[in-house]
Amino acid sequence: MKLITVSGPPSSGKTSVILKLIDALHEAGVGKIGVVKFDCLTSFDQHRYAEAGIPVEIGFSGKVCPDHFFISNIEDAVKWGVRSGFDMLITESAGLCNRCSPHISEIPAVCVIDNLSGINTPRKIGPMLKFADIVVITKGDIVSQAEREVFKFNIRQVNTRGRILFVNGITGQGAFMLARYLKNTIDITTLSDMHLRFTTPASVCSYCTGETRIGDEFQNGMMKKMEFHPLSDQPAQ
Amino acid sequence: MLDYYDIIEHSSLHDLLDRFPIAADFFDNMNLGRLDPDIPLPDALDAADQDWLEELGISVDDILEQLSDFLSVLSAPEDEDTGLQDITIIGGFYKDGSPEDIELTVHRGEVLSIVGPTGSGKSRLLGDIECIAQGDTPTGRRIKINGEYPDDETRFDLEGRLVAQLSQNMNFVMDLSVRSFLEMHARSRFCEDPEDIVSRCFACANDLAGEQFSEDVKVTQLSGGQSRALMIADTAFMSSSPIVLIDEIENAGIDRKQAVSILTKNDKIVFISTHDPLLALSADKRIVIRNGGISKVIVTSEEERKSSAAIEKLDDTLMRIRNMLRNGELIRAEEITRHGF
Repeated sequence: MKLITVSGPPSSGKTSVILKLIDALHEAGVGKIGVVKFDCLTSFDQHRYAEAGIPVEIGFSGKVCPDHFFISNIEDAVKWGVRSGFDMLITESAGLCNRCSPHISEIPAVCVIDNLSGINTPRKIGPMLKFADIVVITKGDIVSQAEREVFKFNIRQVNTRGRILFVNGITGQGAFMLARYLKNTIDITTLSDMHLRFTTPASVCSYCTGETRIGDEFQNGMMKKMEFHPLSDQPAQ
Repeated sequence: MLDYYDIIEHSSLHDLLDRFPIAADFFDNMNLGRLDPDIPLPDALDAADQDWLEELGISVDDILEQLSDFLSVLSAPEDEDTGLQDITIIGGFYKDGSPEDIELTVHRGEVLSIVGPTGSGKSRLLGDIECIAQGDTPTGRRIKINGEYPDDETRFDLEGRLVAQLSQNMNFVMDLSVRSFLEMHARSRFCEDPEDIVSRCFACANDLAGEQFSEDVKVTQLSGGQSRALMIADTAFMSSSPIVLIDEIENAGIDRKQAVSILTKNDKIVFISTHDPLLALSADKRIVIRNGGISKVIVTSEEERKSSAAIEKLDDTLMRIRNMLRNGELIRAEEITRHGF
């Protein structure tokens, strides 16, 4: 079975891109494809997949860091895919903080990011964009050509070597190019011994385990404190 | 090719930024804070906040390597000449499945209009050109580049560089003044004389737009016509893409004929999907779309060119009526017939 990880900020168009990608993959001869959607609190995307006749499993990270949740479940997701007889499994995970880092060393990694998200957004997204093999830009049909070009330039700044593709999540234009690039990726049966491309965000403090009270005495474990400067001593910008 | 790593290893931050101003973005992206600008960069990085580097998960060596990579990719334009001379559209299928028997080659400097009823497939044709279709779009069309079918690698490589687009649906979303916007674009295009190109672009946009605008106004506050004018001027002056696809700009309230001539001046191939008679006849040829396929290609005849003068008159009449309505005046039948035919 082949595995593709798709990530991207919330509402960037991941599900639409994946749905169009699956159409294109089927046309390119890839057989049975399943999806695992990792989300945080709730999601409606499973209905969209189901409507398209695509087998889908959905997992909610709840109070756990979504990245940790992803990586502790991905191996089981692969097993589910193999058991279900998929030729390809696509995982979809939202990068809920810019520090998200869901890409795995030998597995093709796609990051979906949209033209409406702000011109400097690519420069603020971390490992999810930086370590992607393919960056898919969506919603390009509604912004000016100039903004498309500047946006692409800003992506290049963060991810110097990745492929950059424009895909229209509504018409599907560009999806078949993405399919071409992804259809011949390696076959796997397990992810054991593979590595994440980058460490996940760390979170091991009292608030991770349900603490709600505020104040120094309740803060235990790995805490990170900001520095606040008196106005007379603001660091130079 | 410069040995960026070697340069970086032996330069101070100050010298480096002097030689490669774009490197400032790299340090901003990394959020590294203040580095000593006057000592060799590796030493400056060694003296930086090591805890932050650890949180970023990178070492000083990684930074040097990544910066070297960054500069090699971003200190020269990615989009150097695409080498495009002509493209050829090879027919696919009509909506009913019957073959679309056409082979149409278009050379640089040519303008083609695309006409046909709404929903007939005009935008599809533009889409096929944009993605350099190889029988893998719903129309089954194939596109040759310089007489040859491009391989996957070439297609991927050309993606996003071959075609610039302009359509009625496009908007500005950046919160920037016209000047900052143009400067930002010029910078990302590595323009040699950004000052000059920004000024020319601004002047041209004002020329095309019916109503003048200042360079301090936010791009998001421009009227429909002004936005379209700015997009056209920007595409003409700054985009290196040899093909321009225009999807319905007729209602934009700009000088349409001048817009087309500015775009073609730069030796571009221009496709205009349109319902506007003046735009359609300003092209060298027009592609007629019916039922999802190209049913005809008509070369604009001398007679048609001549008649566009009369059409222009009609257009002026319409424009005058529009302005009268806008100004709250009353329309009188006699007024229209006197100026019309």
